[in-house]
Order: sequence, then structure tokens, then C-alpha cells
Amino acid sequence: MIYLDNSATTQPRKEVLETFVKVNEQFYANPASIHRMGNEAEDLLEGARTQIKQILNMEQVVFTSGGTESNNLALIGAAKAYQHRGKHIITALTEHPAVLKPLAVLEEQGFEITRLPVDETGAIGLNELNNALRNDTILVSLMHVNNEIGTIHPIAEVKKLLDGTRTLLHVDAVQSVGKLELPFGSMPDLLTVSGHKIHGLKGSGILAFNQVELLPVLYGGGQEFGLRSGTVAVPQAVALAKALRLAMPRPEYAEWNRDLRAFFAGFAGVKIISPEKGAPHILAVAVKGMKGEVLVSGLQQESVVVSTSSACSSKSKETSHVIEAIGVPRGYKEGVIRISFGAFTQAEDIAALKTAFERVYRLIK
Amino acid sequence: MKTKQVLVRYGELSTKGKNRSSFIGRLRDNVRQMFADLETVRVKAERDRMFILADDEREMEQVLERLPNVFGIQSFSPVTEAELNFEAMKRAAIAVVSKLDRDNKSFKVSVKRPFKEFPHEKPEITQEIGSHVLRSFPELSVQMKNPDIDLKVEIREEAAYMMAEVVEGAGGLPVGAGGKALLMLSGGIDSPVAGYHMLKRGVRLELIHFFSPPYTNDRAKEKVFDLAEKLSQFGSSVTLHIIPFTKLQQEVHKQVPDNITMTSTRRMMMRVADLVLAETKSQAIITGESLGQVASQTLESLHAINAVTNTPVLRPLIAIDKLDIIETAQRIGTYDISIRPYEDCCTIFTPANPKTKPKLEKVEFYENFVSFDELIREAADQRETIKFPRVKEAKFENLL
Repeated sequence: MIYLDNSATTQPRKEVLETFVKVNEQFYANPASIHRMGNEAEDLLEGARTQIKQILNMEQVVFTSGGTESNNLALIGAAKAYQHRGKHIITALTEHPAVLKPLAVLEEQGFEITRLPVDETGAIGLNELNNALRNDTILVSLMHVNNEIGTIHPIAEVKKLLDGTRTLLHVDAVQSVGKLELPFGSMPDLLTVSGHKIHGLKGSGILAFNQVELLPVLYGGGQEFGLRSGTVAVPQAVALAKALRLAMPRPEYAEWNRDLRAFFAGFAGVKIISPEKGAPHILAVAVKGMKGEVLVSGLQQESVVVSTSSACSSKSKETSHVIEAIGVPRGYKEGVIRISFGAFTQAEDIAALKTAFERVYRLIK
Repeated sequence: MKTKQVLVRYGELSTKGKNRSSFIGRLRDNVRQMFADLETVRVKAERDRMFILADDEREMEQVLERLPNVFGIQSFSPVTEAELNFEAMKRAAIAVVSKLDRDNKSFKVSVKRPFKEFPHEKPEITQEIGSHVLRSFPELSVQMKNPDIDLKVEIREEAAYMMAEVVEGAGGLPVGAGGKALLMLSGGIDSPVAGYHMLKRGVRLELIHFFSPPYTNDRAKEKVFDLAEKLSQFGSSVTLHIIPFTKLQQEVHKQVPDNITMTSTRRMMMRVADLVLAETKSQAIITGESLGQVASQTLESLHAINAVTNTPVLRPLIAIDKLDIIETAQRIGTYDISIRPYEDCCTIFTPANPKTKPKLEKVEFYENFVSFDELIREAADQRETIKFPRVKEAKFENLL
């Protein structure tokens, strides 16, 4: 199989799996235990934490079960901790459900949520954001790279707008860490990273943050500075630290992206959905009058794995909220597929995709 | 135009007469050891001052970061180097002055010109550099006598050297210049502070810690390791002796009545310490005792505990208030380690009502029924010895 669905998940690296197995074999003790084995596990866990802090240039790291939990902790945790300052939160219409859903829950609890519209490239306007900012805005939550179409949000500019205010910035960087050079350093107050998107393991994630007060979402034994109770999954945490160290942006992404754009431009009924200046490793295209689902299964028969606009929503019948928000024309809306590259993608995979697409297109058109 | 060297001014040494050169040698060795992990760092000690040189910029940053902790240093100044032409020298002067607080400050340039072939005379150099700096920083005013900022320029054959910043050093005496003593390190707040004060007086430390597994655990030990590591950052390595103390402690509890076990336990500690002291060629025992803090720190208790030894027992905190001790602990970075909540051998067997005024004769009477000598010898012999700063183990490297 030629796997081009790396924005849904990635294949774990062999080195990461080895680490995971070894830590399970040798350091399975509970890091909160006071015996020597517990101490060793704790030392290892703290080593992983330090390594991640250094790589991300953030001051603190809490280990979670993944991107969704990190986003929930960031949003609900900060909302609860700062509600005395205000109850207004700003986000974008095109965020991941792991951001939009907890915000909807907060809305039911009396918070006010501004969901910024986006233009046809999927980008929010800085003016709109500026106009939406108020004295009681406690948080702005934006994804760095959109998971469905690859739009890059201008995090550094957003941070500049927030400078001098007390509004916190949360960045969901699940789709960009390890895939792009992160241009914003330690600017976000809160940063979400997921293990399985960077050739690590599912069930592992982190919320990194700088000087932010948070209240927990899970209550219990008080692990992870009281922010994430539950026995810490040391093997997952260590594997994530390793995956993060090994993750790196590849210059080929941009080259392949350009190549595929030129290729798809050759089909009259194909529209390129991803913005020109988007993330190089994600390319969404749509075929007129065609269902994305059909394209995905057609390509699969040619041994090429891609997804509809997002794996999370690909089983639901509705059109994706991102595709709606950027105003894809009616005839194309249902025919969106997403091609996404990863660390193991080869130039031959791109060639194979092209051949497969040509065949499928001829067959079903 | 990089900072490649630091000029170091000696502390109290200048008053030490004939011992001067040994003090300077000691400081030089301590500085060398403190920067042993930095490859390009060199140390040149002269009679009146010391130069620390580093070719690598990052290593120079490390030097400037660690230097304020080294005892025996009065102050130091980063020196900026410039090529021997006015253009380069002016740039360097601006770089040096731009780092300083200049609000309402007075300023002057003082020039030394040991390299006589330099084609410009002192007044011209002073004029050129001074007026350039004043043009660039109009907030400065000129004052020849006691200015706030004195930009020193030295013209040597190889380069021009400039400095203006004076950073305060840790003061005190170079560690080791005052001999060696054995600090009884408990893991509490006081003993590391006691050690710090003695280090500042130039005393090299051996550390002794009493460890009572299974009553005390690895985390208590780890805590003591971290304290030892901290103490090793003030200009000299320290050696930690971990004494297995369980047997002795149990024996004490078997032999003496509950309310004097504490006194007796401490007497045993002193006796073990005396053996380690002899083997490490130390000259005194240091404790963190402070009068009246707990039952063992009354004059009566100290008297009964002290009766087992002729060694001088130094108690630098004896008259210091607890709050002041805490403040020092916070300042030197030991407080957060000390307050980690693990049992140590002093808290684990504490009787409910220890005698605050134990009678020496009574303590001696009860201890008389059994000879502790062998257990004391054994405890000292079976000690574990670790040197700090520890070389970091890379044991998890392959996993991370």
C-alpha cells in the first residue's frame, strides 16, 4: 500500500516502537512510587519532559492521551482558571472538533465564543480578529495548520496583536509540529502536540505551556502537577519525546506539492482546494460531481491510500465544516480528497498516485 | 569585537601577605575545575588579577553565568577586544557602553598605552573614543573624577581591550584555602546553609550523611545528592560519604530509654564522623545546629552530644534565626531541595518526648551496657563515597 494519509495518522518509527517496548519491559514501575524502580521510571519520565521542553522551547509540559485531550485541557482549563477576567473566547470556524466541541460546551456554561469566518484560503483576517478582541477576551485558540486543507495561520502576527493584552494564545500545532519549521518559537501560551501525527504512538500527546494558570479537567491522584491525574503512561511519554526528536520537516514536501498541483491542473473537472501558500504536506483536491468516498475507494483498489477531507469526519454524511467555511462551489463540495505526506513518503509514491488517479478518473468519469 | 576574556579581581586575598600565592593558586585551580567541561576555556592567574579566556562564545556565556558563584572573587569585568584602529575601537566602545545603565550617568574614558608604537597618543585616543560615545549616547555627561561609568581602554600590541562593566563576585575566600572539614548533612534546611557559610570562608567540604534503609528511601538519598551537587557549585568539588546507619540506630533503641535515644543517636553519629574525619584528613566537624530549634539543640543536649569527641565542632548557624537561615537557603538554591518531604534518619525514630536537658552521666550509663565500637567502625567502613559535581549519566540516551 502507498500511504498518503499522514494527516490522519502516521506509521510509528521503528526506533519509537523499540523505545516503547524497552520502556515497558524495563521501566514499567509507577513513576509516583517511592521505591527504586519508581524513581528510575520517574527519572526517565522527567528526562523525556526536559527533552520536549527544550525542543519546543516551552516552559512546561503535561503528558496527555493525545491532541484532543490536550486541546480540552487547554481550553477548559484556561477558561476555568481565568473566568474572573472575562468569559470571552475567540476561535476560527475551521478549527478541529477537538477545539470547537469543548468551546461549545463552555458556551453552554455561559462563556461567549466568537468563531471568526475565513476567506477562500481558509485564513482568518487579522482585522477581524482585532475587532473581535475585547477587554474580557481571555483566550484566542487557533490551529497552526488546518488538518483538512493545510491553511497556515499567521501565529506570529496574531501574537503581536495580543501583545500588551492579557489574552492568552492557544495553538493547536498537531498538524505542524515535526512537519514544518515552527516560525513562532515560544510565542504560544499553550501548545498542543500529538504523538501519532509525528510517527509516534496513538494515545500520546502533550500540552506545553509557558506562564499560564490552568485548572484540571480530570481529577484524581494529582499526577502531572495536578493537571492530568491518572498514572502517567511513561512508555508513551518517552516514545513521544523520541518521536519529537526524530521528527523533521522535509524539503521534498514542497516539491511534491508543486508537482501534484501541476498534475491536477491538467484535469478540467478537478479543483485544487488547498491554498497556494498552505502547508506543503497537505493537498486537498476535489473532483466535480463526484463523491470523495468513491475516489478514496477507487484509489485504494489501485493500492493508494488517501482520505476524504478529514479522517475524523469521513464516516459522517455531512460536508466538512471547513469545506463549507471556505465556500467550495456546490459541484465540488462532496468530492474532496486529502493527500498528505509523511516522513516515509517517497518520490515513487507520488508517481504511483498520479498513475492511479488517472485510471480512477477515467473509469468513473 | 567579541568578549573573549574576563578580568577577575581577587577578594580578601590582597591582605594575605606571604600566603598570597597559595591563595591565588587555589583560586586558579577552583576556577579551572569549575570550567573543566568547557573546552576552550583557559585561566591565567597573575599577582594582582586573573584572566579567564574562552574562544567559543557560548562557553564565554557559561563562564559569565557561573563566575558569580565562585568564592574568593571580589568582582569581574568582561573584556571586549577590538582591532587596533579607531573604527573598530569605536564600535567596540559602543558595544560595551550599550550594555550599561546610562540614565543620568557620568562617564569618562581612561586609556593605557603600553604598546608605544600605536600611532596615536593617549589624549587623542581619549578624545576620539570619548566624543564618539558621547555622540551616540547623549544621555551621558562627562565627569573626570569618580564617574559612574569608567570605560577603560588598553592598547596592547595584539589588540585594544575595553571594559566598563564591573560584576560583583561572591566574595569570601577560595575554597580549600581554609583547610578541610566534615559537614554533617541531614537533608534538612540548615545543614546545607552551614556548609555554604564554611565554603565562603574557604573551607573545603567533605559531606557525611546517615542513611537508614529501609526506614529512609532512595528519594531521601537522591535529595542529599542534589544538595551535594548544589554545594559543589560554589567553586570546589565535594565528596559525600553515605553511612549505613540502620544497625547502630536499632541498637541504640534496644539499649537506651526512649527519651534519650535522640541524644545517644547523635553521639553515635559524632563518633562515626570522627572516624571519617581521620580518614579524610579533615580538621573539624560542621553541623547545622542552631540554638533552641529542637530538643537536640539546647545547650544541655549539645554538651551531652559533644562529650564524645575532642574534634572542634563548628556550628556556623548557632545564633542565626530560622527565618534568616531559610532566606539564605532560598538565595543559594538549596531550600527547594531541602523541603522535599522524605524521611531522614533524624526524623524516623524521633521519640515522642525527647529530653531537652539530657544528663550526660545518664546517657553514658545506659550506653555502657554494650560496646558500640564495632558497629561504629563497621558503619564508617561500609560507607559509600560519591564525588560531586557528578558526571551526568547518559543512561537513558538510547531511549530518548
